[in-house]
Amino acid sequence: MPVSVMPTPNHGTGAASPAAVSAAGLRKSFGDKHVLDGIDLRIPAGSVFALLGPNGAGKTTVVKILSTLISADGGQAQVAGHDLATSPQGVRSAIGVTGQFSAVDGLITGEENMLLMADLHHLSKAEGRRVTADLLERFDLAEAAAKPASTYSGGMKRRLDIAMTLVGSPRVIFLDEPTTGLDPRSRHTMWQIIRELVTGGVTVLLTTQYLEEADQLADRIAVLHNGRIAAEGTPDELKRIIPGGHVQLRFTDPTAYRHATALLTDATHDEDSLTLRVPGDGSQRSLRTLLDRLDTAGIEATELTVHTPDLDDVFFALTDDTTPTTGTTTDKETAR
Amino acid sequence: MSSTLPLALRDSRTMLRRNLLHARRYPSLTLNLLLTPIMLLLLFVYIFGDVMSAGMGGGAADRSEYVAFLVPGILMMTIGSTAVGTAVSVSMDMSEGIIARFRTMAIHRGSVLVGHLLGSVVQCLASVLLVTAVGVAIGFRSSGATVVEWVLAAVLLAFFSLALTWIAIGMGLISPNAEAASNNALPLVFLPLISSTFVPIDSMPGWFQPIAEYQPFTPAIETLRGLLLGTGIGHNGWLAAGWCLGLAILGYFWATAKFNADPRR
Repeated sequence: MPVSVMPTPNHGTGAASPAAVSAAGLRKSFGDKHVLDGIDLRIPAGSVFALLGPNGAGKTTVVKILSTLISADGGQAQVAGHDLATSPQGVRSAIGVTGQFSAVDGLITGEENMLLMADLHHLSKAEGRRVTADLLERFDLAEAAAKPASTYSGGMKRRLDIAMTLVGSPRVIFLDEPTTGLDPRSRHTMWQIIRELVTGGVTVLLTTQYLEEADQLADRIAVLHNGRIAAEGTPDELKRIIPGGHVQLRFTDPTAYRHATALLTDATHDEDSLTLRVPGDGSQRSLRTLLDRLDTAGIEATELTVHTPDLDDVFFALTDDTTPTTGTTTDKETAR
Repeated sequence: MSSTLPLALRDSRTMLRRNLLHARRYPSLTLNLLLTPIMLLLLFVYIFGDVMSAGMGGGAADRSEYVAFLVPGILMMTIGSTAVGTAVSVSMDMSEGIIARFRTMAIHRGSVLVGHLLGSVVQCLASVLLVTAVGVAIGFRSSGATVVEWVLAAVLLAFFSLALTWIAIGMGLISPNAEAASNNALPLVFLPLISSTFVPIDSMPGWFQPIAEYQPFTPAIETLRGLLLGTGIGHNGWLAAGWCLGLAILGYFWATAKFNADPRR
């Protein structure tokens, strides 16, 4: 989808698409607490970008600044080609925001909420009714349309919230923790909705504290920690930061366990649960080698699981203040 | 931004519609606030009425004269009470996520407040009409007010409610929740009690008379009495106009400054 943007330097990520959101050196303090301490972002148009971080990392503050809700103390940013500082109204005309706390008017019905948005986007009456009906249908809210939004369940409120965000056909959408507080089913519905948004060509910046969610949805992830971006890359790139894939063998027979311990000297073992952790990348070749060794020695494990490093490992490695965040080669999966 | 004015008008109209929809869906807040002035009206006429009438005009006054004296004050009090509701609903509205949404949309910023303002003034005037009807039902009659005087009375009521509503919006914006808003707006209920609503100023202790005489409610009440009952207005007309203008301007700048500041939540 062609998007007019201001020229921004390409940071060598190889992405050819223009940036829908770019920020440099964003800073924000509340009192003497530095919430953001120099944030740089570049989000290619038409992609999903996840800001991942624990509570208090500053995710919401980034969204609030980029959506013109609060002003930054320092740095600059462009959204959809409009500068935050000089053209906030231009930014607003291009974005849609679904905040962490539901931004619906609980006192009026779902349909009235939608028509209110249509009016504020200056759609004609007929157009407003059409868009409202379409979106209510698409987000499975048509039946509840005439009920006050305050009576909606958490998942329904969130769907209404996103539907309202879409009334103005925004090119850039901010979703601040879109699935926090939702049950698993509603969460998967929300994921589906977000995936569909992107196929329509919009750019999505979402924040989440769920590693799986970022992994599932995002093209690129930035890990936010203490007001800084601790790491940024594709989910796979981030996973590669951390070595530590392993195969876990579980035994029920203590004799077999002892034999295996003697055979696999590079493994770490846990006497109590009779498990062994054999370092390995989980490839077919290394697995076969391992199984061959066990077969040859006549050892049979009760259970075998392959563990590849996931974002949890990345997350804890990056946000643990006691370990260096880059260039670490030490195996974190040592015996406990 | 050559089309700022049409945008402002259109968005303000949308927001007014939203606020009137709230008021229509949930009339209980407004109606509750109406109870106080109506109860006080009935209390002072039917329970304290004989004493109050006896205290007026040298002891010979009958009850209808006291009703005539009381109703203009009660009408101004109604405006004060309704404004408390405005403060409460503004503070409740500001804690809603929808306001954050409005702030991130390319709409006319002031329209959110203008919607509250006009919605509240409409509610105020509807309340005044209702209380007037109660007053008429228990015997209030204007003594020979001309059409011009009726119109001026209506303008005064509208202008006074506009001024108090701006102040109430400011009070709502600085209040973190509904309870705080209703506490902050207490002067709007309290001031009518120490005005000339129930008794003439010259029956009050001497040291207190200047306070009662020059606070915002008394000049407005005296002016309304003058227009409806033909009593002397004197300097009260100018005082009332000054208070209305002053409070409206003060409230406007206060409220817009608070609203345009970075949201506190």
